[in-house]
Amino acid sequence: MVSRGLFYFVTAILFLAGILLIGYQRVTFDIPFVPSDERQIWTVEARVEFEPKDNAATEVVLALPAVQPGFTQLEQTTASLGYGVNYVKKDGSNFVEWTKRNPQGLQIVYYRADILVDKSATASSMIVPALVQSTEPEPYATAMAEIARVATSRSSGPYSFATQVIHELNQESELTSLLFSKYKRSELLTNILQVGKVHARTVGVLELKDGRRNQKLHNYVAVFNGSEYKIFNPTTGKTGLEQDQMIWNDNGNSLLDISGGHNALVRFTTINHPVSAVEAGERKANIDIAAGEELVPFSLSALPLDEQSLFKGLLLLPIGVVIVVFLRVIVGIKTSGTFMPVLIAMSFLETSLWFGLIGFVSIVGVGLIVRSWLSRLNLLLVARISAVIITVIGLIGFISFFTFKIGLTEGVKITFFPMIILSWTIERMSILWEEEGYKEVLKQGGGSLFVAVVAYLSMSSVFIQHFTYNFLGLQLILLSLVLIMGNYTGFRLSELKRFKPLANQINLYQNGDEKIHESVRLKDELNALKSDPHNVYRKWKNEAQESIDNSKDHQ
Amino acid sequence: MDILAYLKGFYERYASPFEMAKDGIMGMNQRNVNYIGRYNKRSLFPLVDNKLLTKQIALKNHVKTPDLIGSIQNQPEVNNVLNIIGNHTEFCIKPAHGSGGKGILVIKDKSKTTGNFIKSSGQEITLHELKRHITNILAGLFSLGGKQDVALIEDLIHFDNVFSGYSYDGVPDTRVIVFQGFPVMCMMRLSTSASDGKANLHQGAVGVGICVRTGRAVRAVQHNEPITIHPDTDKVLSELRVPHWREVLELAASCYDMSGLGYIGTDIVLDRDKGPMLLELNARPGLAIQICNNAGLLPRLRLIEAMTKKHRLSIEQRVAFSMQHFGVFNE
Repeated sequence: MVSRGLFYFVTAILFLAGILLIGYQRVTFDIPFVPSDERQIWTVEARVEFEPKDNAATEVVLALPAVQPGFTQLEQTTASLGYGVNYVKKDGSNFVEWTKRNPQGLQIVYYRADILVDKSATASSMIVPALVQSTEPEPYATAMAEIARVATSRSSGPYSFATQVIHELNQESELTSLLFSKYKRSELLTNILQVGKVHARTVGVLELKDGRRNQKLHNYVAVFNGSEYKIFNPTTGKTGLEQDQMIWNDNGNSLLDISGGHNALVRFTTINHPVSAVEAGERKANIDIAAGEELVPFSLSALPLDEQSLFKGLLLLPIGVVIVVFLRVIVGIKTSGTFMPVLIAMSFLETSLWFGLIGFVSIVGVGLIVRSWLSRLNLLLVARISAVIITVIGLIGFISFFTFKIGLTEGVKITFFPMIILSWTIERMSILWEEEGYKEVLKQGGGSLFVAVVAYLSMSSVFIQHFTYNFLGLQLILLSLVLIMGNYTGFRLSELKRFKPLANQINLYQNGDEKIHESVRLKDELNALKSDPHNVYRKWKNEAQESIDNSKDHQ
Repeated sequence: MDILAYLKGFYERYASPFEMAKDGIMGMNQRNVNYIGRYNKRSLFPLVDNKLLTKQIALKNHVKTPDLIGSIQNQPEVNNVLNIIGNHTEFCIKPAHGSGGKGILVIKDKSKTTGNFIKSSGQEITLHELKRHITNILAGLFSLGGKQDVALIEDLIHFDNVFSGYSYDGVPDTRVIVFQGFPVMCMMRLSTSASDGKANLHQGAVGVGICVRTGRAVRAVQHNEPITIHPDTDKVLSELRVPHWREVLELAASCYDMSGLGYIGTDIVLDRDKGPMLLELNARPGLAIQICNNAGLLPRLRLIEAMTKKHRLSIEQRVAFSMQHFGVFNE
């Protein structure tokens, strides 16, 4: 006997380990608990077009999407005929470098990235820009300083300063019209902020719109307060980015540098793909693994596709098994063959429920008729079962052939029934019929079918399939549940009904010469024994010995 | 309101588990985990499931059981059957793994004119037919799951007449549940025409609870409902009293010492000449005995669990203890 304490300890450990494993997978791989959960992946394509200079080597450097909160980049590819491609990292930003010795005619190169909308992403590649001494020519420098002075007097910090500058720039005045005649709005804003000793920089922002082509980047301004920053819309003064806005180049570098070419043009295309969150999580984890991070996958997606689908079925079995244990131990439903209902439910998954039910009942029914004839032949067990197996196969073949011929293609799937299991079921039910009568057969057969249907309904649920397949920790939880149920010593639901008359009558009648109920009397005796084990035991033993002596005297 | 009505109906059809626990009624899970699982060693189960082994250890331990004339283990030995039977004219042949009385052939005499065997029904069968029956037993025709089996040939029991009229067919045996060597609860199962001559309670046999102190009938139930007379023979069931009661209980109690199984059902028959005899053991005795006795098993089992924690009593003392504590009639 293993001690109860150890048993509960192990069970609790299994349960906790299961919970932790599920939590780990939920957090690390971002696998949602509900299968319908969708994630957005944006495929962003940058198309660079330019005319090469004659007889010159070409180098095209394109800034790549910034690392930023809210987005995780999954994969990137380039398409460029005959170019050498190189990804480089410089000053915290990523670039792709295309090189070719001697291009001819209009050149087009593509860069494409898959970017996951990812709320949990918090990293940023933005670095705080240094303050530079303004070198703007007069009178523009004075105009900027004037705007900065007004804004400073009305503001309390970098952000409110930026808001005030934008406000000033939106006023129709001589100063602003002078400045706008030379500067673009975002550039001007950045300059004035620098004059006001506020770290700021222009960033290129891409609008993510599904199916939108020929897009350009929009210039926004990042304003820094220490190491934090906010993105300002230079026209409206609105802060922050919308969900569908992504920073492309964030460190003040130019989007495109080209040597050995001219008339260059960058255009963006954005396409949205909704993917299941599971796929998104897997692709994200792949990036981490590729980056050399040690992640334990605990996921079957590492297996080849064939094995994956096999495991998908296998991992569902414990659900069916737990249901069988529950219905037998807690509810008390009689089934023929312990786990036969689970196997039947597995084959219901392949056929449909109604077709499966009809198929099962007809095969077992005809099988029982054949078996009852076989039992008159007094065959040996092995031969008898073999004959039943052959009959069952013949039946299944006949049913699938017949249903196919009349146009029900569903019928072919009946071959998914576990034939050996069905044969044993027929054998067992036939013996039951002979020994206990048809009622017991109907009871157990009906019970088996009921359990099979319940198991089928739960195993066919998309939610449960998703959960068993993606969270291996669930298996540990199921194991601990089975262990706990295996230790259940309470009544079964069916026993509450079975013993209802007994419970009534124990309360109504007293047996024989009894004055008080036996359960009460024995409880008192038990308490007496426990309170004084030695003496009460001695007394009872002596009483027993006396009665033995008395009965001997009588004889 | 429908829900209320439904709940009320539920309450009427199902007993409260707390009330059942208070009455000490034992459920299937409780029996399996706390009694069979804890007190019956798995390795000892074959002693009980195989009647030949049961009989062999019973004879070795001087537990009274019908004498074993011989056993037939395999097909070649079938031809040897006449040598095994020898001078016996009364015997019965049964499968070692049989259940529900299937495959039992009772021979009560040998015809002096033809040399054929005479069955209890008076029908004659030839030696060839007798051998064929044994072959069927060996092939597993009567055993659970159709496994290959062994045939036993044992002495015929001459049933005591005290029970005549209490059973529709055959002679009833007494089931005594023995826990740690203490007789705990007893009953008799009487076959009826409704049960097709079988002693299965759920098929309509009558179950009679027997008082542990006196051997008198406590009450009788059929289909879970109390009855007073046998539905086929009109015998008054409350007059049923098992004779040699102390001997019956001592025989049952000794089965614990012989088998080592802590929680068993013992089936005992009364022989006219030799008194109580052990027929067979059951390592998974059913729970219907509680319904027949109108009492739960648990209070009795718990008292014994507390008794046996440190001490050992002799068979006579255990029986006397049970008679004093678990009886319902004074005399």
